[in-house]
Amino acid sequence: MNVSYIPAPLRNLPWQVLVPLTLLVLFGATVLWSAAGGHFAPWAWKHIMNFVLFLGLAIAVSHVPEHRFRQVAYPFYGILMVLLVLVEAVGRIGGGSQRWLNLGFMTLQPSELMKPGIVLVMSVFYATLPPTLIRSWRALLPPVLLLGLPAALVIIQPDLGTALAICFGAVVVIFLSGVPMWWFISGGAAATILAPLAYFFALHDYQRKRVTIFLDPESDMLGAGYHITQSKIAIGSGGFFGKGLGNGTQSHLEYLPEAHTDFAFATMAEEWGMIGGLFILFVFFIVLFRWGMGVSRRAPDRFSQLLAAGMTSTIFFYVAINMMMVMGLAPVVGIPLPFVSHGGSSMMTNMLCIGTIMAVDRWSKRRVGRMA
Amino acid sequence: MPKTVTSGMLRNSFDRRSVVVGTLQSGLGLLLATRMGYIALADNQKYKMMSESNRVNLSLIPPRRGWILDRNGQPVASNRADFRVDLIPERLVEKDKTLAELAKVLQLTDIDLQDIRDRLEKARGFQPVEAAAQLGWEEFAAVSVRQPDLPGVVPQRGFSRYYPTGPCVGHLVGYVGSANAKDYEKEHSPLLITPGFKIGKDGLEKRFDGELRGVPGARRAEVTASGRIVRDLETREDIPGKPIKLTIHAGLQEYAARRIGLESGACVVIDTHNGDILAFVSMPSFDPNSFTDGVGRLEWKMLSDDDHLPLRNKILHGLYPAGSTVKPTVALSFLEAGLDPNEWVNCNGGLQVGNRVFHCWQHHGHGRVDMAKGIYQSCDVYFYHFAQKIGMERIAAMMKRMGWGQTFPLPFANQSFGTVPDPAWKLKRYKKEWAIYDTVNATIGQGYTLVNPLQQAVMASRVASGKLLMPRLMADDPIAPIQSLGIPQAHLDLVRAAMAEMVNGRGTGGAARLPIPGVQLAGKSGTAQVVGLNIGNGKAGAWKKRDHGHFVCFAPFGSPRYACAVLLEHSGGSKAAMPVARDIMTYLFDQQKAWDALLPLEAGWGGTPQQRQATKYKTYAAQYGVRAPSVDDSEAAMQRADSDETIHAAPQPVQSAAASPAPEPQADEVPTSAPASPTATAGHPL
Repeated sequence: MNVSYIPAPLRNLPWQVLVPLTLLVLFGATVLWSAAGGHFAPWAWKHIMNFVLFLGLAIAVSHVPEHRFRQVAYPFYGILMVLLVLVEAVGRIGGGSQRWLNLGFMTLQPSELMKPGIVLVMSVFYATLPPTLIRSWRALLPPVLLLGLPAALVIIQPDLGTALAICFGAVVVIFLSGVPMWWFISGGAAATILAPLAYFFALHDYQRKRVTIFLDPESDMLGAGYHITQSKIAIGSGGFFGKGLGNGTQSHLEYLPEAHTDFAFATMAEEWGMIGGLFILFVFFIVLFRWGMGVSRRAPDRFSQLLAAGMTSTIFFYVAINMMMVMGLAPVVGIPLPFVSHGGSSMMTNMLCIGTIMAVDRWSKRRVGRMA
Repeated sequence: MPKTVTSGMLRNSFDRRSVVVGTLQSGLGLLLATRMGYIALADNQKYKMMSESNRVNLSLIPPRRGWILDRNGQPVASNRADFRVDLIPERLVEKDKTLAELAKVLQLTDIDLQDIRDRLEKARGFQPVEAAAQLGWEEFAAVSVRQPDLPGVVPQRGFSRYYPTGPCVGHLVGYVGSANAKDYEKEHSPLLITPGFKIGKDGLEKRFDGELRGVPGARRAEVTASGRIVRDLETREDIPGKPIKLTIHAGLQEYAARRIGLESGACVVIDTHNGDILAFVSMPSFDPNSFTDGVGRLEWKMLSDDDHLPLRNKILHGLYPAGSTVKPTVALSFLEAGLDPNEWVNCNGGLQVGNRVFHCWQHHGHGRVDMAKGIYQSCDVYFYHFAQKIGMERIAAMMKRMGWGQTFPLPFANQSFGTVPDPAWKLKRYKKEWAIYDTVNATIGQGYTLVNPLQQAVMASRVASGKLLMPRLMADDPIAPIQSLGIPQAHLDLVRAAMAEMVNGRGTGGAARLPIPGVQLAGKSGTAQVVGLNIGNGKAGAWKKRDHGHFVCFAPFGSPRYACAVLLEHSGGSKAAMPVARDIMTYLFDQQKAWDALLPLEAGWGGTPQQRQATKYKTYAAQYGVRAPSVDDSEAAMQRADSDETIHAAPQPVQSAAASPAPEPQADEVPTSAPASPTATAGHPL
């Protein structure tokens, strides 16, 4: 991108990621266009508008200097915690569970913001932790508290998917921070013991049902297993080249539930076939593996390394769980596919992550520039 | 590892671990790609099929049922275009809400709703239940619009069975209805659970179901997950069932049914040239039109409350003492045995047999009676006297030849045999020797003799033709060569002339005289006692205890063409049966005259059978509303009701005495005084 007549702010944007990302969003828009029966309303337009809006936000975030990130990490985390408690309180008073706050001009879902928020606060914590303490309890107890509180609050909303996403981002940061490996090995062992216990005692009935049905979707063909079965039918009947744009019967005849949100990938796969699926995987490979993890490896300091890797993992978690779910490899949890599924909050979260990685990218380039 | 960790070591650790994370990530990516390939490529065919079976809904179009035609091609049973709404119990989500919504849209009454609930309770799985039929376009459209919100409700346009004359043909053709679980077990065809499809449940509809059914059409349509049809893909038309043609004369059938009026009775008319059954009427009858969707509680109550037994096919399953209608047959057996028809006996009102006196119905006596007078005056003493001489074996043989006690090759599942008593039969049945009074009772059609109206009509047709006529119902069946009865013409002439004399001359049957110039009717009346004279005189009193009235006849006398048998249960005797037979025979020669006779009568009865049933239904609806008891299994109950001929065919007690003859009416004379109290008639009823 050494084209000198393009103004510097534009020239310095990470085009190698923005171009594939834009293509993916546009591809998602055609899927939504088709899901709406060949109309831009109500989803496709909004999808593109959301992207443009939050791309602006991401670019703005990318210009925030590193010390500001470190500065706002704890206050931002604190505000989110307050909001999470507030959501819970409003929900209790209003009767019934609630995940968002109505701010008048928009609805805010604090648990969504907590996904990048937890990564930020974890990165700051480990960056400021003296390296000598990394093997002591002081490297584990505060993060466990920092993670445990919001995760618990989100679980009781109840929103298992988001809680898992928050945990995943945080755990990846903890893992990369260099804490002793045996913590993870013993943690994994504990999880395999606790998982069945959690299944029987902690999960809600509907959540338990989802797990059972995931293990054997055909057991409940017309009930909750319906979702997984119909999704697999949509993907499977698409074949390699798909049925063609607008010809997806599973989505248009309403056999596929949530065809424009959680199951957008199935809607896509029916009409575009495996080609479309490979395209999506390829874009995520570029954005997450090549660029996201690459930025993290090249990052100048510990904080930015952890930050970029955590943000990448947060997006990755969405992608992995959603695609595993639509292909019958994971239970049905309400997690959309980034940049393809319709939905403002997920677009916002993911673009915040992208913006943060872009910021890290800038910091390392600047430092490289200064060194050069 | 050193005790102190430096930031450089953490950097190294980060590098290593980020490679692990990256590898896991791309590994998962590969796994997803593989998984997708497995679903979309390896299992593509399987999922394509599943997607197609999601998308395309194949529904059967019930075939139009073959028509049932009369001899002139006029429909006895046809189909009419119909908008209908069915319920599929398995698919109903909220039964009460759905029914409430339907009730609002279709303006169903509480009684309708109750019947629908009853049917739903009995139906299983995907067996469709009719909610409403014969809807107007508006109502049909209203339901169709709401269908997406009413799962399990199937509005449909199709054809439904229609019997133009309703109850007049009920016992002839039977009825159709939705297949039940039992039918489905027998025949595992998806057609049986297709809404709107009906199978023959009784009578000809059941017997010829295979021919009438036809081949279903099919419709492939693209449907949404909620069952809404997006568009039709292709439609294969149904192939209507084949029509079947009967020998029945639809006009005569209707006339005869209506002429029976308020009575409980039966009428069979046979063409004496070839045995064609022209009318086959048992009344009162259910209306097969209202049976196609199962019997409602009120209808069932109406039918089962009726002591005239509308569910009983009185032609095939009723059995009655023959009364004097047996006399022409007995006379033929006398002639064959060589009795000179001029031999006479003096009737003074009774005959001593053994130590008992058997009375003639005419207690004043008939004076000098020869064979002809014995028939036209129906003198019992004449037959008492000569029957003892000729013997029961010969009489019974002639009776069987004339059709008594026989069944015929007709497409009805079971026909009652009745009884032609003879010594061998009695020995076998009761382990008792034949007694002389048994002969005496049998010769006047009392005692053990039991007959159904079909047998009587066949007997009349055989007397009229001299041939061994077999009744036919299916017009397209080949006519078997008709054999002669082998009765000398002179014998037949004598008996026929006596039967003509009975109606047109000095006999007791003046009431049956035809109002047609130049056409004489020949007949024989019969009155069958139901209870002994010690209980009632058979003419008045409780309906159930009144005598049955028979009349068998043929016309024209000179060259017989039509034979007819009329039975009126508990009508008080043959006097009631004669005008009915007369009008029905009149119809065959002059329809206008026949209608002129019937219509004023019908006005007095409250209209046609359909109109009377509608009136009765209204009364019942007002009286009982939704409080009528439920019907367990109407179909089974109907079979029971039809087959309980046991009332009449119950094992009779051994008769040890004379059954007294029922009085014969003398239409042209002042009715004779009431019979004197019986002397030796401690006899058993029948």
